[in-house]
Order: sequence, then C-alpha cells, then structure tokens
Amino acid sequence: MGEEEVVQKRQKAVVLVLRAAALLATAAATIVMALNKETRTFVVATVGTTPVTASITAKFQQTPANVFFVIANAMASNHNLMMIGSDLFGIDYRGFKLPLVAILDMLNAALLSAGVHGAAFMAQLAKNGNSHARWNEICDKFQGYCNRGGIAILASYVGLLVTLGITVVSIVKLLKPKPQPQPLASEIEVP
Amino acid sequence: MAKIRKGVTLTLRLIALAATVVAVVIMVTSKETARVLNLTFTAKFTHTPAFKYYVVAEAIAGLYTVLALLLASKSLLSRLTLILDLVVAMLLTSSISAALAIAQVGKQGNSHAGWLPICGQVPHYCDKLVVSLVAGFVAALVYLLLLLYTLRAALSPVFAIKP
Repeated sequence: MGEEEVVQKRQKAVVLVLRAAALLATAAATIVMALNKETRTFVVATVGTTPVTASITAKFQQTPANVFFVIANAMASNHNLMMIGSDLFGIDYRGFKLPLVAILDMLNAALLSAGVHGAAFMAQLAKNGNSHARWNEICDKFQGYCNRGGIAILASYVGLLVTLGITVVSIVKLLKPKPQPQPLASEIEVP
Repeated sequence: MAKIRKGVTLTLRLIALAATVVAVVIMVTSKETARVLNLTFTAKFTHTPAFKYYVVAEAIAGLYTVLALLLASKSLLSRLTLILDLVVAMLLTSSISAALAIAQVGKQGNSHAGWLPICGQVPHYCDKLVVSLVAGFVAALVYLLLLLYTLRAALSPVFAIKP
C-alpha cells in the first residue's frame, strides 16, 4: 500500500509540474499578444518640399483570428490556474473530480488548438502575402509586431503540447480499472 | 447497454466520415475563373496554404474514421482509440479554425492591412467554400461529441446513472 501511495504522489507531482508549465506558456502567449502594438510613420506624398506623413498602427485587435487567440489562451490559462488551485487546496468532489478534470482538459486542448492555428495561419499570410488574391505582406513594414506575434504563437504551441500531455494522462488515469467492491447488477453479463 | 453504446458511436463516426468526405470533395472541386478588366483571375484552393492544410487534415481524419469503424469490434484497442480520437479531434478543430481565419479575410477583407475581399469577384467559389467549411465544422463538433460520449460511457458507475 505504501508503494502505491508513493507512485500516486509522484504522478500527482508530475501532473502539477506539467500544469504549471502549461499555465506559464499560455499566460505568456496571452500577455505578449495582448500587448502587441506597433506604430510606424510613413511618408505618403510630397507636397512641394514638405513630406506628408501618415502614421499607421498595427494592433492585434485588427485581426479577428488574433482576438480569438488571446481569448483562447486566456481561458486555457484560467483553466490551468483553477486546476492547480484545486490540486493544491485538496478540493474533493467525491470521485466526480477525475472525470470532470479529464473532460475540461480535453475541451481546453481543443480550444487552444483552434486558437493557435488560426493565429498561425494569419501570421503566415501576413508574412508571405498572397499574390493570387493581391494581398500584400505587411511584415516587412511592421517587423516588431510580427516578431512579437511569432513569439506568442510559439509559446502557445508549447502550451498546446503540454496540455495534450496532461489530457492524455488524465484520460489514462480515468480509464484505469478501479477495484470495484462488487459488480453492479446491470454489468453482469449473462453468457 | 453495450449495444446502444456501440450504436451511438457508430452513428457519430458515420456522420463524421460523411462530413469530412463532403468537406474534402467540395473544396477540391471548387475552382472559379473571373475576368476583371482584362485580367484573368483564378481562385483555387491550392493558392492558400490554410486550405491545403484543411484538405489534408480532413482527409487524414476521414481515413482514421474508416479505420476506427473497421476495428470497432476489438475492445483491446479502446484506450488507443480514445487517445487517437482526441488527436484527430484536435486536428479537425485546428484545420477548421485555420481555414475559417483565411476565409473571413477573403469575405470581409482587412482594411487595416489593405487586403480587399475577393468574394465579390468569385462568388461561386466562395459559396462552395462555405459549404465545405460548414461540413468541416460539423465534423469537428461530432468528434468532440464522440469523445464526450465515450468518456461518459466509460464512467457510468461514477456518474451513478443506471444504464
């Protein structure tokens, strides 16, 4: 019995460390993308000898995919924070906790996956443009914006991989055959 | 009880298979040529990396669904099937999200970046894309439902629901 407890404690510690890593990664992605803003002044025309300048701002709110990215990462880091809190403070829902955690982990993995891929393909479009649709690339003018966006997307990918690992661990823990005191009457199959 | 469970998972997998096949076929066959001021303007799914990724991901998901339908009888692989279901569900959500992000730019443009919408010039292409994206969305949703159902069915003693 002592060995089993040690193994369980080690499993709990591993999951806690993974959750902390996922929290850090998704929180970093949220913050970097939410603070992503760059203003550049361009000379658009010359009237006589005075150049006419216009200042253009690139913000993350201008692209719906990036807005979704920020929201998805914020929700994922909130979920990880709640799970770490409930692990540390030992809140027990009388056996209902493990399925709830597995289902929530799975839903957050799907949300995070959608968020990061939408932003990643928008970033690819901004970096390379699309000659067939006559969409020019914008990363050559707004390099800081694009670099910060890239860092946020990378951090979110790391968070996604760690969240996938946590989900797999939760599901495997869930499906382990638990020692039942007696089988339920409905489960007994008459051959 | 086991029969109902198998019936539900079979139905969900068939719906997902139909949705992925529709998504792939319609997107691959959508092509339109438009003439704007003596310039020929072709719209194909291969012009956009996001749509190429969408087609490949939906095709992989469709093939996996066929495999899962054929191997449904073996109960030894149930845990592996669940984990692969999770991976494929995430693949589907990622592909539909990427395709929707680019399709939204195509439909409404992005005035801040100076990107004009293209759906005005190639309306039939856009309509077929809408059908394909709806099918892809249905496939992602059905896979998530399948995962939820499988987890719930594996836990019926814990949920204290009499099956």
